Amino acid sequence: MEKILEVKNIEKYYGNKSSLTKAIDGISFDIEKGEFVAIMGSSGSGKTTLLNLVSTIDKVTSGHILVECLDITKLKGEELNKFRREQLGFIFQDFNLLDTLTAYENIALSLAILNMPYKEIDEKVRKVAKELNILGVLEKYPYEMSGGEKQRVASARAVITNPKLILADEPTGALDSKSSKMLLEKFNYLNNDLGATILMVTHDAFTASYASRVIFIKDGKIFKEINRGDDNRKEFFDKIIDVVTLLGGDLNDAL
Amino acid sequence: MMLCKLSLKNIKKSIKDYAIYFFTLILGISIFYVFNALESQTVLMDVSSSTRDIIKLMMTIVSSVSVFVSFVLGFLIIYASRFLMKRRSKEFGIYLTLGISKRKISMILFLETLFIGILSLLVGLGLGIIASQIMSLLVANMFEANLTKFTFIFSASSAIKTIIYFSIMYLIVMIFNTLSVSKCKLIDLLNGAKTSEKVKLKNPYLCIIIFIIAVIVLGKAYHMVTAEFLTLQEVDDIIKPIIMGVISTFLIFWSLSGLILRIVQSIKRYYYKGLNSFTLRQFSSKINTTVFGTTIICLMLFVTICLLSSCLTIKNSMNKNIRELAPVDAMFSQNINMNKNYEYYKNYGYNDLQIKNSNYTAKEMFELYNFDITSYFKNYIEVNTYATKDLTMNNTLGSLLDYVRTNFPFLAYDTMETIMKISDYNKVAKFYGIDEYFLNDNQYMIVADFNSMVEIRNIALKNKEQISLFGHTLNPKYENCQDGFLEMSSNHINTGIILVPDNVIDEDYLFKNYLIGNYKTSDKNEIIKIENSINELDKSSKTKEYLLPIGTTKLSIKEATVGLSAMVTFIGLYLGIIFLISSAAILGLKELSESSDNKERFKMLRKIGVSEKMINKALFRQILIFFMLPLILAIIHSIFGIKFAIQILEVFGNEELLPSIIMTSIFLVLIYGGYFLITYNSSKNIIKERF
Repeated sequence: MEKILEVKNIEKYYGNKSSLTKAIDGISFDIEKGEFVAIMGSSGSGKTTLLNLVSTIDKVTSGHILVECLDITKLKGEELNKFRREQLGFIFQDFNLLDTLTAYENIALSLAILNMPYKEIDEKVRKVAKELNILGVLEKYPYEMSGGEKQRVASARAVITNPKLILADEPTGALDSKSSKMLLEKFNYLNNDLGATILMVTHDAFTASYASRVIFIKDGKIFKEINRGDDNRKEFFDKIIDVVTLLGGDLNDAL
Repeated sequence: MMLCKLSLKNIKKSIKDYAIYFFTLILGISIFYVFNALESQTVLMDVSSSTRDIIKLMMTIVSSVSVFVSFVLGFLIIYASRFLMKRRSKEFGIYLTLGISKRKISMILFLETLFIGILSLLVGLGLGIIASQIMSLLVANMFEANLTKFTFIFSASSAIKTIIYFSIMYLIVMIFNTLSVSKCKLIDLLNGAKTSEKVKLKNPYLCIIIFIIAVIVLGKAYHMVTAEFLTLQEVDDIIKPIIMGVISTFLIFWSLSGLILRIVQSIKRYYYKGLNSFTLRQFSSKINTTVFGTTIICLMLFVTICLLSSCLTIKNSMNKNIRELAPVDAMFSQNINMNKNYEYYKNYGYNDLQIKNSNYTAKEMFELYNFDITSYFKNYIEVNTYATKDLTMNNTLGSLLDYVRTNFPFLAYDTMETIMKISDYNKVAKFYGIDEYFLNDNQYMIVADFNSMVEIRNIALKNKEQISLFGHTLNPKYENCQDGFLEMSSNHINTGIILVPDNVIDEDYLFKNYLIGNYKTSDKNEIIKIENSINELDKSSKTKEYLLPIGTTKLSIKEATVGLSAMVTFIGLYLGIIFLISSAAILGLKELSESSDNKERFKMLRKIGVSEKMINKALFRQILIFFMLPLILAIIHSIFGIKFAIQILEVFGNEELLPSIIMTSIFLVLIYGGYFLITYNSSKNIIKERF
């Protein structure tokens, strides 16, 4: 399979010589095209830092991150923006929708900044809205929508540019269990039917059980990695719980 | 001690964030100082006592205007500090959760205001003192005084006044802050920033209807102050269009806020291009919530533009008028044949002897006083005017008298017209360097330059009204009054001189004799000496029997005008600049107070990969539209406002409009544009913090 993302021995230090914090301490992994990978870890384990590094929001102290063989740790300024705009899709815990724009305009914005003509924008927005079941809320403003709807709008915005990699940061963090389930099923649909590659950070075992592979992080290092293989979701969930138990009490709050 | 430290730290932090607030305070203080210190700058100048009187009058007006200005600035400062308070609500929330009492928070705020007050007063006064040195050049130029050497001027009284006025303002701010702290609730403070905006869209059809109504009302108001100007008689007539203008301004902004978005949204290709949708939404959400504020700012800008351009027009016109209307050094007029109009002169307070001894020309009269006026002249001419009770306005208007009388009931129709031989007038015209005219037998013409009178006289001239004079019947040569004048003055006040062929005149009706000349010397001090010696003649006992010629000299006209024009200019500048600063500062503060919301939004944009260039462009456009919208309407208002002002200010002259509009634009660009740039840069700094 084609490798979309290669993370090569990256490190991220914070602070100065006298008090050094190793947020990421030598992590390496690959993600192949069409994979749905979850990264799990407790608060402070470094999982959000890892996501920030992959998304070029933050810079590595050492090591390399390659997206389709392009070393993104070497990108600068406008190249970074262009990379983010064209190659990545983002889904955040707090949705990050612009409160002054309607759902339609929020989704259209990520195409508009690519200077796509309006006709094409309209076509694409309607198509993705249908797939994510949000046609009914397109003309609504964020404050008129439920959390689940908002997150699906945010997902639509993330996938509409057809990015190489979708990065999701605790996408279910602000949702109730029903909305979470619905959203994750949409993730599976994007992953299985549309072939989107997803890298998701979560501390919730239920959310992680929708992924095809889970990487566990503790103290800035990879602790364990499990593949779903042929298990169904329930079986995979149990496996994840086992690892969480192994990790210690840290993640218990997540259940 | 801890409180002190905390408040000092806060100020350090906010100096960067609130450049605009400090900029406004400092600007306000220095302008307040500069204008109140005007008098001290004129103390060292060598000006005549009449100019000195005008300066005194000017300072009295400046003082009362300062009270008004302090209200405007006080309002502005309170407004600004409330914005700061709002932005810092979270900070106060944290203080409260930490257990700091409201009383102590008030104390922190009190100390902050105190420090800011002292700092801004120090810097502002410092700047004001520097600026007033530059101002003294302008003052000297205005009063045409020689500034032989540079003297450092400091006005203690103005400084003390500034300190007192601003201390009172700061005190009020402190009270306001304390009140708002004591009223606030912890939960609101902590959640203050989180409430996401609710977008309310107005009904587009209602907006269109309101917009059309507003435009019609505004058009009517414009029409009332310009085309229907002559029908405006009472104060009510002027207030009506003003109220109409204010209301329609509000309605235009109200409806535009709903319409602009709709219109641009319908142009999909443009709306969904780059960040256009975002920028427009930003703008429309802001204007939606600030219709009232935008209206006030628009009106303030309107007043500023009118004030600056008309006061500068007055000044320029006055200076131009002097060059034009006082082309020679001196003119003396002497009443002749006063006994022919005995009652008239008696009413003016002349005594019987003076009236009897009135058959001398001006030159002869000077000789009678043993004063050889012509020896001071390089060149001179003598001309006469004539008048008869048989030729008054009643006669010149002829058959149109009743029509004019009903429209203009206030004119003195029984005043005798001034009549001149065409050859005499041409003599004067040649001497002045203005147009000469030619008349056939049985023709007459009128020269006048006072517009309102010209209009009235033209009605009669167009109707080819004949006049009869000393047994001759004369027809008008022209259908309009021609431009020209006899008496020198600072303004266009020639209400009409009737020029007739020389053979028509009956010398018995000689009315006044004029002696017009240029001095041999051009040195100002020597001219003053000559004119003082002429004035000395007034002390002679002969004046009880022989009336001295009445003198009008270029120098005296200049002095009177200079003082008046300086007064108008300074007061106009003072108010105009303060208004301009206020409106620009309010706009800037409004924009910045929302920058914390904007910060979140721009952060989201960055995350989805919008480039820095695009973000800056969007921000620039957003602020530009916000600043331009009230300005555009204000400029449209001003076009009509200035037209109106010109008609009111006709006596002062209004020829020099273009330069003053250019000057006004320069002020506008400098101050308004300056605020725009500061706002843009501050906003850019606020949203710059990456992630």
